Amino acid sequence: MATQDIIARSATTTASPSVRQLDEVAKLIDTTLCIGCKACQVACSEWNDLRDEVGSNVGVYDNPSDLTAESWTVMRFAEHETTDEDLEWLIRKDGCMHCEDPGCLKACPSPGAIIKYANGIVDFNQDHCIGCGYCITGCPFDVPRISKKDNKAYKCTLCSDRVAVGLEPACVKVCPTGAIVFGTKQDMKDHADWRIADLNRRGFDNAGLYDPQGVGGTHVMYVLHHADKAGLYSGLPQNPTISPMVGVWKGVAKPLAMMAVAATVLTGFFHYVRVGPNRVEDDEETHAPLASVEHYDPAERRDPRAEGERHE
Amino acid sequence: MTNHWSDIKNANLVLVMGGNAAEAHPCGFKWVTEAKAHNQAKLLVVDPRFTRTASLADVYAPIRTGTDIAFLGGLIRYLLETDQIQHEYVRNYTDMPFIVKENFSFADGLFNGYDADSRSYPDKSDWDYELDENGHAKIDMTLKHPRCVYQLLKKHYSRYTPEMVSGICGTPLKRMMQIWDHIAETAVPGKTMTILYALGWTQHSVGSQMIRAGAMLQLLLGNIGMPGGGVNALRGHSNIQGLTDLGLLSNLLPGYLTLPRDNEQDYDAYIAKRAPQALRPGQMSYWQHYGRFHVSLMKAWYGDAVTEENNWGYDWLPKLDEPMYDVLKYFDMMYEGKVNGYFCQGFNPIAAFPNKAKVGAGLARLKYLVIMDPLVTETSEFWKHVDEYNDVDTASIQTTVFRLPTTCFAEEDGSLVNSSRWLQWHWKGGEPPGEARTDVAIMGGLFHRLRALYKSEGGAFPDPIMNLDWSYLRPDEPAPEEIAKEYNGKALVDLKDPKTGELLLRAGQQLAGFSQLRDDGSTSSGCWLFCGSWTEAGNQMARRDNSDPYDMGQTLGWAWSWPANRRILYNRASADPSGKPWNDKDKRLVWWDGSKWTGTDVPDFAVTSAPEDKMNPFIMNPEGVARFFARGNMAEGPFPEHYEPFETPISRNPLHPDSPGVTSNPAARVFRNDMQVFGTADEFPYAATTYRLTEHFHFWTKHSRINAIMQPQQFVELGAVMAGELGIKAGDRVRVSSNRGYIEAVAVVTKRLRPLMVDGKIVHHVGIPLHWGFVGVAKNGYLTNTLTPFVGDGNTHTPEYKSFLVNVERV
Amino acid sequence: MDINRREFFKFCGVGIAASSLAALGMAPEPAFAESARHFKLANTKESRNTCPYCSVGCGLIMYSRGSGGKNVSQEIFHIEGDADHPVNRGTLCPKGAGLIDFIRSPNRLQYPQVREAGSNEWKRLSWDDALTRITRLMKDDRDANFIEKNDAGQTVNRWLTTGFLAASAASSEAGYMTHKVVRSLGILGFDNQARV
Repeated sequence: MATQDIIARSATTTASPSVRQLDEVAKLIDTTLCIGCKACQVACSEWNDLRDEVGSNVGVYDNPSDLTAESWTVMRFAEHETTDEDLEWLIRKDGCMHCEDPGCLKACPSPGAIIKYANGIVDFNQDHCIGCGYCITGCPFDVPRISKKDNKAYKCTLCSDRVAVGLEPACVKVCPTGAIVFGTKQDMKDHADWRIADLNRRGFDNAGLYDPQGVGGTHVMYVLHHADKAGLYSGLPQNPTISPMVGVWKGVAKPLAMMAVAATVLTGFFHYVRVGPNRVEDDEETHAPLASVEHYDPAERRDPRAEGERHE
Repeated sequence: MTNHWSDIKNANLVLVMGGNAAEAHPCGFKWVTEAKAHNQAKLLVVDPRFTRTASLADVYAPIRTGTDIAFLGGLIRYLLETDQIQHEYVRNYTDMPFIVKENFSFADGLFNGYDADSRSYPDKSDWDYELDENGHAKIDMTLKHPRCVYQLLKKHYSRYTPEMVSGICGTPLKRMMQIWDHIAETAVPGKTMTILYALGWTQHSVGSQMIRAGAMLQLLLGNIGMPGGGVNALRGHSNIQGLTDLGLLSNLLPGYLTLPRDNEQDYDAYIAKRAPQALRPGQMSYWQHYGRFHVSLMKAWYGDAVTEENNWGYDWLPKLDEPMYDVLKYFDMMYEGKVNGYFCQGFNPIAAFPNKAKVGAGLARLKYLVIMDPLVTETSEFWKHVDEYNDVDTASIQTTVFRLPTTCFAEEDGSLVNSSRWLQWHWKGGEPPGEARTDVAIMGGLFHRLRALYKSEGGAFPDPIMNLDWSYLRPDEPAPEEIAKEYNGKALVDLKDPKTGELLLRAGQQLAGFSQLRDDGSTSSGCWLFCGSWTEAGNQMARRDNSDPYDMGQTLGWAWSWPANRRILYNRASADPSGKPWNDKDKRLVWWDGSKWTGTDVPDFAVTSAPEDKMNPFIMNPEGVARFFARGNMAEGPFPEHYEPFETPISRNPLHPDSPGVTSNPAARVFRNDMQVFGTADEFPYAATTYRLTEHFHFWTKHSRINAIMQPQQFVELGAVMAGELGIKAGDRVRVSSNRGYIEAVAVVTKRLRPLMVDGKIVHHVGIPLHWGFVGVAKNGYLTNTLTPFVGDGNTHTPEYKSFLVNVERV
Repeated sequence: MDINRREFFKFCGVGIAASSLAALGMAPEPAFAESARHFKLANTKESRNTCPYCSVGCGLIMYSRGSGGKNVSQEIFHIEGDADHPVNRGTLCPKGAGLIDFIRSPNRLQYPQVREAGSNEWKRLSWDDALTRITRLMKDDRDANFIEKNDAGQTVNRWLTTGFLAASAASSEAGYMTHKVVRSLGILGFDNQARV
């Protein structure tokens, strides 16, 4: 892992190594060049050996109709009428944004299940995942999904395995129109500036870069024709921030919880050796309702039709 | 393609019309995005649907399906009326000054010489130039002669006013003029527009004429032969270019040579007819070498068995009593019970051909059907009852079906020709499943056994079978390398330069190019166009030097392009008559350096012909120039005229509202059985069009899990206004019916399909993707071609899949 | 921050249940340098090919398992675009990017089969039987229906009662060989995908 030292690790209080000076990487997705061909979806599945279910058509082009544990990226299609005669088909590749300040990592209670590399990639290590779903609560972009097969959370890894050996992510390499590019974060910002200048020349006065500061910036950024109206792109949040619940966990609840853990450590240990660290479903307390978590059901798929209506 | 994929980056303007490049050819379309990014090019899209290509367009204009000739004809009129044409190019490099015969005429939608009974123009002799006493065409360089092509063209399209065109196409007038004005800007010398088209132009009863209209537009603007210009057929399959080049069509031989008709009993006359002498002084007329190509082909096929004495085996070639036995003709014969056996090699006709019911009935009347395919196809299981998707009575179908498993691309070596005309070699990477064999092995196996049977039993006319040259190292499976060397060709004797006597090649050596071909039996070449692909220097198709020293995207060291490794056809036209590029800055292709033609591409020209010699760039035409006036080469007439689809939503041709005989293409062939099953707008009010989606490839990828996930289930696209009128919501199940059958699918309701105002009434489009069927890992669906009409283009007989009528109901 | 007391304790409760024992140093091996995934192409054989779908002709690199040695069956398990190719420059479309599932489709044909007249099933047969039966059918039909001369007495040498539909993605070598055989038999009902 010479090129991507771990600099943050979920539920870990000891300091991470931070001596080496590594380039931050970023993926830039130019929605104005995207044709929604889904090559990135296919390449992602192919590279990561994922095959989702053959689903159904629910009346839109979006297929699979939402992110799943086996579809780490999906294209979201939105029809936006600008005038009586003119239409824009705004197509956005959805998936993990690899936040500089990752809400998922902050929320994750399992040590080392979520890690952040020095190059900016936020990665899940399913060996340590306990399937609690906190990462979903913590994510301002509603990205991670829990697999029904193994009850573990999955999402885009930014192809950390490829990046580690000097290659670009699979979706970047495959993209036929050059709508997805990859490099150092600074190079990607420069590239975006060049694209935005071209868009301005073509009459898109509000074209801009999406690198939301509410999460410290992201390592997946968008070029948008309408940077002032991110919501047009199938509900991309204009100013995403980490849920306040995650702050509680990190700031106050965690030390208190640690005390509680110490008190119940023998019980916990017994549980650990009996069923292993990842199996929590037979522990009733896990199902204690938490408003921001319990609404999530991995089986529930967003209905893109409703999605479309919302943005019209 | 006249040009090639990466050359698109040189365009200043890109017109995508009759195609959907972003969706069907995404990796080629990248060069459009490159042109936009690095050349500040604009992208114009004209399509009935707002496609994924349109989503990146600077200007999109809707058009009613099947009306592109009206749109282009109107544009031609507009350019001529406003005089926005590339004057020097048009005057020197096209037939505009040529004078046409006096009796040529056009009235009430028909050119002269029409015969209504045969639905054709049996006598086209007046559709030609007036010749002088030397047999040369007469010209008027002032373009003032009333019968010069320029004046005739102007007159022909004078009827195509913007209002008329907008009324036919349904394209809003303002939007149409916006597109036309952008296009007109490329009339400036050295500024280019490229046209990208595909099946959206070919699959109409007037498809060939649509493409001609596009070519005429490009000639007016001086965009043919130019970098970033051209008329570019994107083509659908990985080697459909190669298989066409190799002549696997009813009436062709390899290299666009043509089979004889019954009445061509005389060999010399057969060759002479195909080897025209120049129609203007000093022109190359390259087809005059036809005899060399033909004789070299016959030597490749029959070796020593063909000689001058037996007319190089002329009698062994089958002769045609029909212009061609294309698939529509042949399936009509099958339907009539006149065919006993049929082979499908990597082809799924029951899914791919129009009117599934008729195709299925035809297959059921065969005695035997042989399928060679890597995958299960619907055709191989046409006899199987599969729910409502293939509702047949199996027991009554008496066809014996053989299904032979073949390798796929990954499991064999060989070459494919892409639409850029590049022959690219590929290498095997793994073993085929089970007992699958290559197509070559199967053809070898069949031929072998057949020849043995004829040897032991005798039989009907065994000569061409017994004499076919089959001297391969392994007769049951010739190696791809051997075959590739054979189509390139070799010297059969020591070849000497006829002028200097210098030894060019020893007997048995590979030919370097088609200029070495002879018509005396001393050379062989299985496909003259591919001559140069495997020379004494080795396999040129396997070359992998991608360097681009001029930054013009020509990469001459990558693979090998026909003809003669030229990347852009007619590239002499990229330079002005004096031999200087029209644009010396960023459109440099070829130029005269004082002693020869040279440049960033291989000159498509006689390299030593100085500009003063006045040889013109279109070397394949006997006149040396490009044709606006097609002479007798097109079934419908020398100029494209708008005719309605055979199933028209407006029931009349607005250009000829009172002449029902010219509502639709008067020269298109219609079979007796099919005329009766055309539908009319009163019963089937919606204009339907079929197409492909980017997630799928024809009927193959429904067998690929990953693609099935991306688009799992059959759907049809309905405009939001129309769906609202019918009470249909996204996700509802709908039935789409034509006069030939129905399909049921999920409704995708979209604002990307808009109602169009056509000829005073509202026309709605229904979009029908075609990728589903009754076998595969995607969800089963109906074959879309259940709906489509069994009628084709007047010249190529390409079926009219793009324009027909349907009704839509909620199920 | 808007959290009431009840939610606060719920949050802690779940946190405990979710077993963050590692924070107390009780989880096994909290290795900082662990790698989530290993690069899967570390040692493979690469073959160059061309995408068999549309006619852009994109370059492919196919990755097969194993050293290429005698005791390894070479199986392609991954395909990517060829970055050297001047047209696709390493990119692919959704069809090309999913080629591995075409090569390994459950619907690939494995053996010659026959469906006899009126039958509702496929029967496996050997290559030799299949080719022998087919050539017999061909020869009988050709011998019975070959036309040497038309009604006007002109030499025409054609066979119209059997037709051949050629492939669109077969190699040029397969196409050339097919044409050579088909024409030598006198077949005119010959077509390919160029038309549709």
